[in-house]
Amino acid sequence: MTKQQANWSPYDNNGGSCVAIAGADYCVIAADTRMSSGYNILTREYSKICKLADKAVMASSGFQADVNALQKHLAARHLTYQHQHNKQMSCPAMAQLLSNTLYYKRFFPYYAFNVLGGLDSEGKGCVFTYDAVGSYERVGYSSQGSGSTLIMPFLDNQLKSPSPLLLPAQDAVTPLSESEAVDLVKTVFASATERDIYTGDKLEIVVLNAGGIHREYMELRKD
Amino acid sequence: MSQVAVEAPPKGGFSFDLCRRNGMLSKNGVPPPSYRKTGTTIVGLIFQDGVILGADTRATEGPIVCDKNCEKIHYMAPNIYCCGAGTAADTEAVTDMVSSQLQLHRYHTGRESRVVTALTLLKSHLFKYQGHVQAALVLGGVDANGPHLHTIYPHGSTDTLPFATMGSGSLAAMSVFESKYREGLTKEEGIKLVCEAICSGIFNDLGSGSNVDVCVITKGQKEYLRNHQLPNPRTYVSSKGFSFPKKTEVLLTRITPLKEMVEVIEGGDTMEE
Repeated sequence: MTKQQANWSPYDNNGGSCVAIAGADYCVIAADTRMSSGYNILTREYSKICKLADKAVMASSGFQADVNALQKHLAARHLTYQHQHNKQMSCPAMAQLLSNTLYYKRFFPYYAFNVLGGLDSEGKGCVFTYDAVGSYERVGYSSQGSGSTLIMPFLDNQLKSPSPLLLPAQDAVTPLSESEAVDLVKTVFASATERDIYTGDKLEIVVLNAGGIHREYMELRKD
Repeated sequence: MSQVAVEAPPKGGFSFDLCRRNGMLSKNGVPPPSYRKTGTTIVGLIFQDGVILGADTRATEGPIVCDKNCEKIHYMAPNIYCCGAGTAADTEAVTDMVSSQLQLHRYHTGRESRVVTALTLLKSHLFKYQGHVQAALVLGGVDANGPHLHTIYPHGSTDTLPFATMGSGSLAAMSVFESKYREGLTKEEGIKLVCEAICSGIFNDLGSGSNVDVCVITKGQKEYLRNHQLPNPRTYVSSKGFSFPKKTEVLLTRITPLKEMVEVIEGGDTMEE
């Protein structure tokens, strides 16, 4: 007879999609609010977006219990940093902290697919994209989660600078205005909702710019 | 939910798969194809004048919606319709096959088809294939013996019921039926209840979605209400539209002639007649 495989898994996937787009002086971070398990919906109003520092906001899809544990850990480390350095952590610093935290659990990973957005020390938008064990890269835009395979090609088409093989490498941030970027994010989620069963219900959009943080919501399909 | 391409646990007995071909394909990086299932909500109920069938319209391939508006209520006979859940190819094939057999039988007997005939043909076929034909059906119709409603499971067992639900959304729909069904519903009440049950599946089950199809069968008449309700319009359409100015980038051009260049000389030798 075939060997009996373990049929208990410590992980579950609560689904959902996240997107972040960096602009010249703003950053847009968005995620849907549906939390699911298998074919069931657990709740239609769960926020996947967490403010880690004044200028760093993280959106995470995957296993929300691990995401919560990760957010708690990062918040504690940020508090320590504030006590020791008397200032908030910058976005690139938070990006490296997140990467190190994820790699620390290399052999029992956080099942969290993160995308970190914010403003760097010069006030320009920055987006960092991660895998589950902490490999990260600064990019101009990114998406993670169940709908990322549907969203990423469209963002590549609209935002990607031409191949670096052809022209000198262009600046990573998009030349779009803030309202155009928000419009793009809304369209991208409406489309991903049509075809991905785990994405839907409501879209939460967070915009970081020199004036601070601004949050808005948009209804998505609920089926 | 774990992602598996083909969800059958290895069983005993001889494997009739094309093992060498499958091995070669997987070695070359071609994943085994997944089945397209209609993760579904289908329902049926008996009302005072006949039978009402209902279905959602979403077809899924794993977590992706492959058809937003497919038809799950299949024609069997002028007085019999069948909703199908499970593997889409199986439900289509088995309902088409039995529909043809029923038509031949009608020519042979000169009479209107009976629901129990369709039922027996379907269940014998499914039992013969021991559950490998993954079709879960809700069969309903009105014949000389009155209205009938049956459920048929992939292994070939059947139930005869006053109201029934099948598919991944069956629990969501059954909760509506169990709360609100009563005998002797009118046509309007029956359609409303069927729509409520399907909507419950559409909104609470991730495998079901999009629109509601309804089919009302009474003595001597049927009404197929395709897209009777459309509760899921697209939520956001960008007002400014999108342009796609970037053509595919040409990174490298290399022309390799496959044959020698042939020169055509005008006024060469003419062919002999």
